Amino acid sequence: MSFKVPTELEKEIDERVTHYPVSKRSAVLPVLHALQHHFGFIEEEAIEWTAAKLDLEPIKVLEVVTFYPGFRQSAPGKYHIRVCRTLSCAMAGSYELMEEICEKADIDRSGVTHHDPIAVSKDGKFSIEFAECLASCGTGPVCLVGDDFHEEVKNVEGLLKQYK
Amino acid sequence: MSEEKPDLIDVQINGEWHSFPKGTRMIEACRQVGVEVPHYCYHPKLTSPGNCRMCLVEMGMPPRPRPGDDPPEPDEDGHLPISWIPRPAIACANTIAPNMGIRTESEMTEECRKGVMELLLANHPLDCPICDQAGECSLQEFSVEHGNGESRFREQKVKKPKNVDVGPRIRLDDERCIMCSRCIRFTDEIADDPVLGFTDRGSHTVLTVYPGKELANNYSLNTVDICPVGALTSNDFRFQMRVWFMKEVKTIDTNCATGANITVYSREDKIYRITPRQNNDVNSDWMPDSHRLNFHWIESEARLTEPLVKDGDQHRSASWQEALATTADKLAGLEGSEIAVIASARMTNEELLITNRFVKHLEAGHVDTVPRTGEADGYLISADRNPNTLGVKTVLGLDDPGSQLSAIQEGIEQGRIKAVISLQENLIEDAGFSADTLKKLDFLLVSYPLANPTADLADVVLPGAAWAEKSGTMLNITGRLQRLNKAVDGPGLTLEPWEIVRDLIQATGGGNGIYSVNDLFQQLAAEVSEFEGLTWGRIGDLGIPLIETGETIPLLEREKERIAKGLIVG
Repeated sequence: MSFKVPTELEKEIDERVTHYPVSKRSAVLPVLHALQHHFGFIEEEAIEWTAAKLDLEPIKVLEVVTFYPGFRQSAPGKYHIRVCRTLSCAMAGSYELMEEICEKADIDRSGVTHHDPIAVSKDGKFSIEFAECLASCGTGPVCLVGDDFHEEVKNVEGLLKQYK
Repeated sequence: MSEEKPDLIDVQINGEWHSFPKGTRMIEACRQVGVEVPHYCYHPKLTSPGNCRMCLVEMGMPPRPRPGDDPPEPDEDGHLPISWIPRPAIACANTIAPNMGIRTESEMTEECRKGVMELLLANHPLDCPICDQAGECSLQEFSVEHGNGESRFREQKVKKPKNVDVGPRIRLDDERCIMCSRCIRFTDEIADDPVLGFTDRGSHTVLTVYPGKELANNYSLNTVDICPVGALTSNDFRFQMRVWFMKEVKTIDTNCATGANITVYSREDKIYRITPRQNNDVNSDWMPDSHRLNFHWIESEARLTEPLVKDGDQHRSASWQEALATTADKLAGLEGSEIAVIASARMTNEELLITNRFVKHLEAGHVDTVPRTGEADGYLISADRNPNTLGVKTVLGLDDPGSQLSAIQEGIEQGRIKAVISLQENLIEDAGFSADTLKKLDFLLVSYPLANPTADLADVVLPGAAWAEKSGTMLNITGRLQRLNKAVDGPGLTLEPWEIVRDLIQATGGGNGIYSVNDLFQQLAAEVSEFEGLTWGRIGDLGIPLIETGETIPLLEREKERIAKGLIVG
């Protein structure tokens, strides 16, 4: 309800928009990235703010947000985990890894759908989703926690403990 | 239209050479020589994203010689040999080039169509038996021509939202959607109301209205017309009638002076649906929802179905003979100057011609019609909400329709006017007459389709046909003469207004000799200079420009600009 883009961020976004002099529409990705980086996800007001900023209809921004799995439409936890499920990692046990993380972090994934792929732990500390190839097929299963990359993840408890 | 001849380019289509203007799209070149290229997303009035791939054709160009080789020899007609490109091309978004070859019936083309059909049908629900689009569905039609006999798809079909309320008049079945994007482009480019889009693009693409918004603009139902499948359906028409049972009549809309060309769909004298009919000089391919849906009153309970005469304070049913004889009786003792005839700009030119005769026969001192105005919407709706004001001026000869109405009321108040004949108008509700004024009359005749407060006061009430129940011609705001064609029979003893006026002339001692609306049209052509030499057949389904008015239709002007920019074919 209280969506407000800080002046600093807006200045940065305005600058990014100038990189696309032919069509402001092309700036939709960098603007969304900046907003998600700051807010953690893209809420409805962020879509409308972006649309107004780029002289677009909100539906045109929603199309982009829903196309890229990288854009989240719901709030993640304090730490967002992305578990690779592409072939090598899947064979190395990424589904089992997912289950274990969920169990240890108290995350219920039963409500996850194609449209709403993120589940958040009860305490709000962790959120999780499957990701496609994270480009480290020799060291599966791998996952990202925030921007930290973890390979050959076996010790889930140890992994989670690193994040307070 | 420019005067200079466009550059012509020779193109070979299925082995035969033809010439087309430079810049013609491949699909249009094929269409012009009677070769159909199946398509879903392409629409000549919208931009071409080329996303359905149904119009893939085999294409070829003259071979480019290797360095040092001789260039290919042209044949005796100057055409070069064609070297066929082993990759198909979409015919909708590509324009022709000199010496291009197009094959729409080759093995490669057939293979492409089969492939596209198979993929489209992989996830399409098989609910044709209960789908409103069945019978006029491109997916069905192309399945017959280009589809496979059986499906190789063994997996679960993707589940998507069904029965979605996308707006007050439209329902969406996302599983039926084949993602052609015509509706999105229509709302973006024509209706200026871009609320539709594709979300979750990929294996789960969903046509969506932006959350919190709705597809509610007054042109929204055009998306149902251009939807090639049953994804978008009209709340008003869905599940009402199978399309193959309906009779189609080409006619025109009478809700405003634009006179949009329409098709009326009916069965057993009941209208089920109205759709716009293409006329690039009037309404393009579109029409407003407000006009499209304004037909349900035709089968209203309030329809007048037989003549009525006043008996004391009450109306009672009468035969046409009695009603006409009563009228003749009442008018017999009156001077012409004591009679006012109020006709309607909803009448056809033929009706206005015979009304003019009636006025002259009665030597009526006063004649006028009732103006109707509203706001022009900047698209297709004219500020003049009468369909034939220009006809009133041209045929009835009124320079300023509506200007006499207050004088007529004054005349009634002062007792100078003793009889009013109101043809197809409701004076109290539409012309601002007061009941007290009308009560001062010795005689009031009203012909109208519906019971109304003016008819309540009338000494004689005659059931006049509604617009869909009569034939004739009208002049639209741009001066185009168009044909109104009878789609259904009127209920009960209803007569067309021209028949009513003819019978009134006869009953009051005038002659006639008019047996059909065509007789009247011939007399129009003989008597009114603007109509000179015209025949019913020459007007055709699309009408002809007759009078220069200088008026334009805003939506058409914008389409012309888009054609000039090459954005659309038009």
